[in-house]
Amino acid sequence: MAHFLKSSSSKSALLNILKHNLALVTPARRHLRQSLPPSIRASQNPISRLCNTMAEKLSSIGFHEDANNQEVMDFPGGKVAFTHEIHFISESSQERVPCYRVLDDNGQQITNSHFVQVSEEVAVKMYSDMVTLQIMDNIFYEAQRQGRLSFYATTIGEEAINIASAAALTPEDVIFPQYREPGLLLWRGFTLQEFANQCFGNKSDYGKGRQMPVHYGSNKLNYFTVSATIATQLPNAVGAAYSLKMDKKDACVVTFFGDGGSSEGDFHGALNLAAVMEAPVLFICRNNGWAISTPTSDQFRSDGVVVKGRAYGIRSIRVDGNDALAMYSAVHAAREMAITEQRPILIEALTYRVGHHSTSDDSTRYRSADEIEWWSKARNPLSRFRTWIESNGWWSDEAESDLRSRIKKEMLEALRVAEKSKKPNLKNMFSDVYDVPPPNLKEQELVVRQTIKSHPQDYPSDVPF
Amino acid sequence: MAALLGRLCRRSSFPVSGHGFRMLSTVENVSESGKPMNLYAAINQALHIALETDPRSYVFGEDVGFGGVFRCTTGLAERFGKSRVFNTPLCEQGIVGFGIGLAALGNRVIAEIQFADYIFPAFDQIVNEAAKFRYRSGNQFNCGGLTIRAPYGAVGHGGHYHSQSPEAFFCHVPGIKVVIPRSPREAKGLLLSSIRDPNPVVFFEPKWLYRQAVEDVPEDDYMIPLSEAEVIREGSDITLVGWGAQHAIMEQACLDAEKEGISCELIDLKTLIPWDKEIVETSVRKTGRLLISHEAPITGGFGAEISATIVERCFLRLEAPVSRVCGLDTPFPLVFEPFYMPTKNKASFASDIGCNQVNCELLTPSFSHHV
Repeated sequence: MAHFLKSSSSKSALLNILKHNLALVTPARRHLRQSLPPSIRASQNPISRLCNTMAEKLSSIGFHEDANNQEVMDFPGGKVAFTHEIHFISESSQERVPCYRVLDDNGQQITNSHFVQVSEEVAVKMYSDMVTLQIMDNIFYEAQRQGRLSFYATTIGEEAINIASAAALTPEDVIFPQYREPGLLLWRGFTLQEFANQCFGNKSDYGKGRQMPVHYGSNKLNYFTVSATIATQLPNAVGAAYSLKMDKKDACVVTFFGDGGSSEGDFHGALNLAAVMEAPVLFICRNNGWAISTPTSDQFRSDGVVVKGRAYGIRSIRVDGNDALAMYSAVHAAREMAITEQRPILIEALTYRVGHHSTSDDSTRYRSADEIEWWSKARNPLSRFRTWIESNGWWSDEAESDLRSRIKKEMLEALRVAEKSKKPNLKNMFSDVYDVPPPNLKEQELVVRQTIKSHPQDYPSDVPF
Repeated sequence: MAALLGRLCRRSSFPVSGHGFRMLSTVENVSESGKPMNLYAAINQALHIALETDPRSYVFGEDVGFGGVFRCTTGLAERFGKSRVFNTPLCEQGIVGFGIGLAALGNRVIAEIQFADYIFPAFDQIVNEAAKFRYRSGNQFNCGGLTIRAPYGAVGHGGHYHSQSPEAFFCHVPGIKVVIPRSPREAKGLLLSSIRDPNPVVFFEPKWLYRQAVEDVPEDDYMIPLSEAEVIREGSDITLVGWGAQHAIMEQACLDAEKEGISCELIDLKTLIPWDKEIVETSVRKTGRLLISHEAPITGGFGAEISATIVERCFLRLEAPVSRVCGLDTPFPLVFEPFYMPTKNKASFASDIGCNQVNCELLTPSFSHHV
């Protein structure tokens, strides 16, 4: 029996077919089984192998007393003390994890607060970019309401997290965003025109018109393209951070997600993996209170997200996400630790989604207008930071009105140009699925082109083909 | 059987083929073209070559560090260091997600999922991240350096969760490639191609063949092209298409049919997406009949796609309905595995109830009247 045989089941199949084959097949298989050495036979069953490994581990565990005569057990991970009490770890601490901030609600610097100094130049850019982001959001939002854009999602209320994080990083730090962090792109130089091009999916959109608005991405600016899936970017960020680690780069990866995202398996997998791989990655959670209509009380029973870091062996901090100076300082410090100590850091930024989830959502159906109003007015990240830069003599009413009118003008122009621009050529529907289009895509492209030729009136005229 | 095989091998005009399989215990001569090797050793050799030839390549997964539960990663960590070959936590979505990020920064990444049955937590990462990474960014980013290896298929005692053939799920996803080798020599060449292909690849390894299949495998660094099927046995009466471990069953069917005077053409698809339609179409135009066989459940299996495509392309040339001999639409059953498997007597039974013309003809002497 020189021929390969697959299985006992195929053998039984053969039995019923050709008698003369049967006579040859069976002895050969019996011979094979008997000839296998025991080690191979055992290793063919992974379950028994794993049991053996566990048994080896247990046999190495020692029980003895430490220097204080306390009974301890050497267990993988370190010594574990014994206790004689039935004591369950509490589900939460007595007090909630405090929230780091530098500016009070009125934008006054809190006495003795620790923070990283920000130069006038950086501070003014931070404020200007926060204002720009807000104006951009308002104009795109209105454009969507007017039916000019198919969709939009604002970042209103979370400008400080966006811009202060960006300011505390270097351009070499790699961003794996969710979809409410366009401020990082803005900080790095993505123009209003580039934002508008993506939102309109025109021929200048780097994504070639393939994704919904706000799914930005820029290779040049180290900002990975947004996907709408929740938390899938977190394990990606860990892998990218491992690459930076291997290349000994003076850079880290920064990834963003929301309170809702912290419920996803990818969040837990990514944190655990990052800790084990000692990857230089910052996990920044924008805990804005709402995952579409789901409040955090329906999302988790823990003290927010910050406490989850410890379970995975990750250093963590809770920050006032509406305090730009605190965000800047926390991200700056976290980046430093992540790179010099080669470790992940978790930052939970407490904030509020002042806007609706997206233009497909009306959030007053599930939360009170008063609540939105309070966060938008009393805890506004822009006005707090403005008060601080004004107190330093770095900002004025005049600068404010100049900035606002300039950005509004630029924004309306960007919108006009992007809207007028042609869509990407039809060929872009078929490219980039693979590095080179396979034959099935070439065939399908031909069919689509022929169909358009026969029924041009049924297809958008602004898509060149 | 040995005599039959010898005759078959002499008649084959295709030197790289599954006909070189031998049982471990019967290996006698070392071919000049390589060393006799089983499939896990061939995979292991490919991984050694991949790591050796590209300093930016990584191998990781559950239990990979000590050599893997199937021994495919033996010796890698010792040779290339624990920063390039390492264990991961037990988290498939983490493994694949990590691999995507690592690949996205220009690395060659070989991520192992211990069993294909456990790949589903990573399905989201494969479908929504890996497969769309290049497209959604307008080719600004890609994770083409990623290859996901996973043992698949029946193994005789694997039950529900160590036996599945989930390839069809992945064949519905534009942006990835799905590759399944049939033999040690093929496994090495196809794996190296997959690792070096600039697109993410899901590479399913027939775990039943890890130790059972032995073939002469060249020691050097060679690649077998993706998306190119291969006619491994020429024939004129019927075309059989399959992949991976099922090939051995189909070769047996060809041998038996030959005794009945039926000439079978056997094609190994190798890459399921994007698949080589032309070679199958050319063959069916010649033979007029097509039988597809896979271990995965028949409903929604990749055989249905092949069948539909060939009917579209060769309808007027077909002399019988396209036929599928596949796994059943049940979860993979432990003690019933012999009844579940798409074996040759399934074809015979199908002929008895008259529901399957091709199989009927394949196994009926009167078939010769039709040709």
